Amino acid sequence: MNSLILADISEGFWFPPAASTFAKQVDFLYYAILWISIIFFIPIVIAMIYFMVKYRQRPGYKGSPEALHNTPLEITWTVVPSFIAIWIFWEGAVGYLDMAIIPDDTVDVAVYAAKWNWNFKYKENGAESPILYLPIDKDIKLTMQSKDVLHSFFIPAFRAKRDVVPGRYHYLWFHPTREGVFDLFCTEYCGDNHSTMITKVQVLSDEKYKAKLAELVKEPEDIVERGKWLYERKACKGCHYAGTEGAKGPGPSYNGSWGKKVPLANGTEVTFDENYVKTSILNPMEAARKGYETASAMPSYKGQLKDEQIDALIAFIRSLESGPARPK
Amino acid sequence: MKIESPRQQGRHPFPKFQKTMTEVAAPADGHGHDHHDHPSWLAHHFDDAEQQYDSGKLGMWLFLVTEVLFFSGMFCAYVLYRNRNPEVFEFCSAFLNEKLGAINTGVLLFSSLTMAWAVRASQLKQTKILVGMLGATLGCAAMFLGVKSVEYSHKWGIGLLPGRYYVAQVENAPHAETNYLQMLCVIPAILSAVFLLYYVYSLVIASKFHQRVAGPLLVSGLCFFAGVGLGNILEGGEHHDEHGAGSHAHDDAHGHAHADPLVQGVATAEKATVETADEGISFVKTSGGPVNDVAVTKEEEGIPNSKVNNQGMAGLFFSIYYCMTGVHAVHIIGGMLVITWLIVKASREEFHSEYFGPVDNVGLYWHLVDFIWIYLFPLLYLIT
Amino acid sequence: MSAVTSPMTTTVASPDKSPEHHYLNHSSGFLSWALTLDHKRIGMMYLAGILFSFFLGGVFALAIRIHLWNPNLDPEAAWLSNATYNRVFTLHGAIMVFLFIIPSVPAALGNFLLPIMLGTKDVAFPRLNLGSFYLWVTGLLFFTYTLFSSGIDTGWTFYTPYSIESKSAVEAATLGVFILGFSSIFTGLNFIVTINTMRPPGMTWFKMPLFLWAVYATSIIQVLATPVLGITVLLLALERFIGIGIFDPALNGDPVTFQHFFWFYSHPAVYIMILPAMGIISELMSVHSHKGIFGYRMIAYSSIAIALFGFLVWGHHMFTSGMADVTTIVFSALTFTVSIPSAIKVFNWLGTMYQGTVALNTPMIYALAFIFLFTIGGLTGLFLGALSTDMHLHDTYFVVAHFHYVMMGGTLVAFLGGLFHWWPKMTGKMFNDTAGILSAAIVFVGFNLTFLPQFVLGTRGMPRRYASYVREFQQLHQLSTIGAMTLGLGLLVAGLVLLHSLFYGKKAPMNPWGGATLEWECSSPPPHDNFSSPPTVGDPYDFTSVEYDGKTGSYFKKKK
Repeated sequence: MNSLILADISEGFWFPPAASTFAKQVDFLYYAILWISIIFFIPIVIAMIYFMVKYRQRPGYKGSPEALHNTPLEITWTVVPSFIAIWIFWEGAVGYLDMAIIPDDTVDVAVYAAKWNWNFKYKENGAESPILYLPIDKDIKLTMQSKDVLHSFFIPAFRAKRDVVPGRYHYLWFHPTREGVFDLFCTEYCGDNHSTMITKVQVLSDEKYKAKLAELVKEPEDIVERGKWLYERKACKGCHYAGTEGAKGPGPSYNGSWGKKVPLANGTEVTFDENYVKTSILNPMEAARKGYETASAMPSYKGQLKDEQIDALIAFIRSLESGPARPK
Repeated sequence: MKIESPRQQGRHPFPKFQKTMTEVAAPADGHGHDHHDHPSWLAHHFDDAEQQYDSGKLGMWLFLVTEVLFFSGMFCAYVLYRNRNPEVFEFCSAFLNEKLGAINTGVLLFSSLTMAWAVRASQLKQTKILVGMLGATLGCAAMFLGVKSVEYSHKWGIGLLPGRYYVAQVENAPHAETNYLQMLCVIPAILSAVFLLYYVYSLVIASKFHQRVAGPLLVSGLCFFAGVGLGNILEGGEHHDEHGAGSHAHDDAHGHAHADPLVQGVATAEKATVETADEGISFVKTSGGPVNDVAVTKEEEGIPNSKVNNQGMAGLFFSIYYCMTGVHAVHIIGGMLVITWLIVKASREEFHSEYFGPVDNVGLYWHLVDFIWIYLFPLLYLIT
Repeated sequence: MSAVTSPMTTTVASPDKSPEHHYLNHSSGFLSWALTLDHKRIGMMYLAGILFSFFLGGVFALAIRIHLWNPNLDPEAAWLSNATYNRVFTLHGAIMVFLFIIPSVPAALGNFLLPIMLGTKDVAFPRLNLGSFYLWVTGLLFFTYTLFSSGIDTGWTFYTPYSIESKSAVEAATLGVFILGFSSIFTGLNFIVTINTMRPPGMTWFKMPLFLWAVYATSIIQVLATPVLGITVLLLALERFIGIGIFDPALNGDPVTFQHFFWFYSHPAVYIMILPAMGIISELMSVHSHKGIFGYRMIAYSSIAIALFGFLVWGHHMFTSGMADVTTIVFSALTFTVSIPSAIKVFNWLGTMYQGTVALNTPMIYALAFIFLFTIGGLTGLFLGALSTDMHLHDTYFVVAHFHYVMMGGTLVAFLGGLFHWWPKMTGKMFNDTAGILSAAIVFVGFNLTFLPQFVLGTRGMPRRYASYVREFQQLHQLSTIGAMTLGLGLLVAGLVLLHSLFYGKKAPMNPWGGATLEWECSSPPPHDNFSSPPTVGDPYDFTSVEYDGKTGSYFKKKK
């Protein structure tokens, strides 16, 4: 069918830009079903309106209630849709298999989903980033895992989606065909901040990609910058806002609390200092704040962060004392 | 499925009746038994006994279908989990005392017989036999629960608890000295005391009806304790063996880890999964997730016990065990309540050849409950 | 509650006014309703309760739409906090599904009509019927409890592991669902037995009104599918109480197993919702076209086919959840088998109008709106059944729009049509037809305005259950919100029309529309025992002998 032309004309209306090889098949099938639907729908509506008008109850008109059965007609409208359905199924299954069978020789990226953050780790040099960077025209393979609940990885521009299930590894592959920045969403409901579990995917040329990875692998020297770097990558950002004073996320905001007394859930008060921050990271339930009883519990980072990293986080949080702009 | 309804066999659907003042003024349901040709046991909206009986029977069968489907969810969970972790089932079923299971199977099978006899007795209007047989069924059910109480309390005592609460340290398991059994016996003890008082009262007022009801209730209360005693004898005699069975299971599992290709296959598969996923990526270790449980404990691989004997493995087995047997026990208790209701009705001599649907239907229910046990017993206790 | 809502309860029964003696004034007082075994009163109590739940769910729906007027990129400036929004959409879904749609047609209209259409005095087990109603009320109370405690924020699907760790009142909600499940099972069981054993002489299976076929098929699903939901939510509740771990990955359980269990019920539940609606449409199309239903047998068979196929397609809710590829493809193939019987029905309804005498009154307008909306709902199902397009559309607004077209444009509109159709029979009052048609028109426009933009949103990648969204989606969201307000207005008008009729409506004749099924042969409202003299059973769709009598404003059956 004339899918390509259609896709070009209406790209702006129905679909986000097509940026992977999957888009061709998905868009083709989508438009095919759309046209099939229209071809069915219009006559149904026309017939309905026509019958409404022509056979409406009015003085001097009496319908003839004989037409109750018409075997050839009934067989036709059973068989014809059946064949169309079989064709749609077939096209869908073929496209699906293409998505399901992962090619060899891929660029590998590990995806860590956690409430409410995405983190990506590149196999090539072990770099990590909260935004997904990809080289153009390569087969990309994602190995995805969730630390807590169900998530789902979705890039509309790639027409690619797969759930991320805790306790399992799920794989997803695609082949980006267009440079640019695209949306990346979580599409499986995962709790309070589900709707902020969004990030970007940036497709780069090969050289730029390599340069980006080399840049990403370097952790910042400055301790506050390192703290922020960790804040964005270790799923702190999903709950704790570092900005707008008092902004209440699922967890307390870091901003403007340093050195002050904060109330705890157990009724006591504690000074917001190095020790308190360290306790909250390693034993969050011990340091739970008042007013967050119904929020999701914070997981412990014991064994996941080195002392030196905790120091960096503390330095970052302390730097927010005066309230800088919220990191985007 | 019946194609022809009884009403289509030429009977007149609406027997004539007069609307009387009493009916109009009848409160609430207004379903007064005002039909002259409607006996008291025939509900007003039914035409005849046969239609009422057929309706009840079909309703009960449909209910049984829902019961089977209700249990099938748990059977599915059993199959899926067993398929995933066969070694866990080998390890854990050694902790289930198949002697107690076998006794309980026998008790339930016998109760099915008495129940079937009760149905026959109700058709023949043999009230004494009917009450006796219903009482025997009730007693068997109570005995079943007694044995089950011993089983449960023993397991709780050594920490064989479901999922999150599984704490068994099988090597040095403390023996069941906690009073779980006494706790379980409190309610039956109170009930038995009430039944005893009731029986004495019925003797005092010399009411045949009350004696007929109180007798079976008292006997069933005692049966519970007979079951407890029986269970204790078997479990007590097993005490050393049980411990032996536990450590035996370790040896077994230990051996299997090396010898059994199945277990080994599982282990390799798990390793493989992790390795493919791990290519070049060092994973942040999640807290207590299954991924680590299975994969990371390489140094512990020589001790299959630690692989299986934890909350996610053995604990989950016991979750399934408690859910299945627990829901089954709830059904037994439900059955006991309706049988008690039947005993009351039977003692009033309500049943006869045209009206025995309730006994018949409860009988069907009871057979189904037995039937489910017949599946549970081998699946949980026997298959290794 | 119903004793209050019905204005008839205070009427004192007087046996000497026998012609006006009917089920509403048969007896009076609160207990005469609360303890009634009369299927008609139970049906009316269900109706009141269900409309209340619908109102509650509707308020939540409007809250969602108002909140989404803005992208809410700054959570401080948003109307609802994320946590509140999650509770609102969860309660909207759970209330609408479990308390409204599933019991709407079978429990309210079905209860009222099934015995009358069968010419019997009551359902087979009247006490069980009342028991079902109180189970439903108990379920409602559990949900009300969650409303006033910490709410519930898991989505109506209760997916683990989030539902295990959520700090909202999941236990109460799951127990509520468990109880509602049993209410549904017992209603279904009651209906199956009634239809099987209590049909009147002459009513063979193929002389049954199609509404009864639909209710029968629905009941089969209720009996076969709901127990699995029961055990699933029970296990989920145990998961929270004692941490059994079967669905908890932290204890080596499998969350995908939960999804299989859940959808094994909840997909057939979709047919619990739509089949009775289809039954209503079959009745409405033929009665208001004054012509027998086209292809009676095909419609009857397709109801059963949908009920049976409906059990085999649950996997299509889980195409992205990582099932084996073969499983996924098989589920997709099976999914398409369900589309065919649905298509057949649409064609048959159109065929019914052909050469009929189409009366364009309120119920018929609702029925026509149903065909329009349901066809869109069905056709958009094709996009989601096909695997590759579903990979893109899964869990986006496309899905939201699709199931609203089926469940709301389908079931709700059919329910309203049925309510207007049988309202004169149930209450004995005629409503204002012009105002009724107006309500149908507003509902139709509002509905399309709400949900058509959501198809585009979904295709463009807007995920479900988002409290905030990227700015490019705002215009479509605003259109949708305007639509929702219009829809709300339409429903309000419909409610007012019915309410108005209760107080100022003309007395309804026995057969205002010209129906040929048995319920039109007893007075409006029906007497306590339904029929003063035994009805004769003929062809339920033989309209040749039904004629209009100008004097009484009623149709009547000519004696041959």
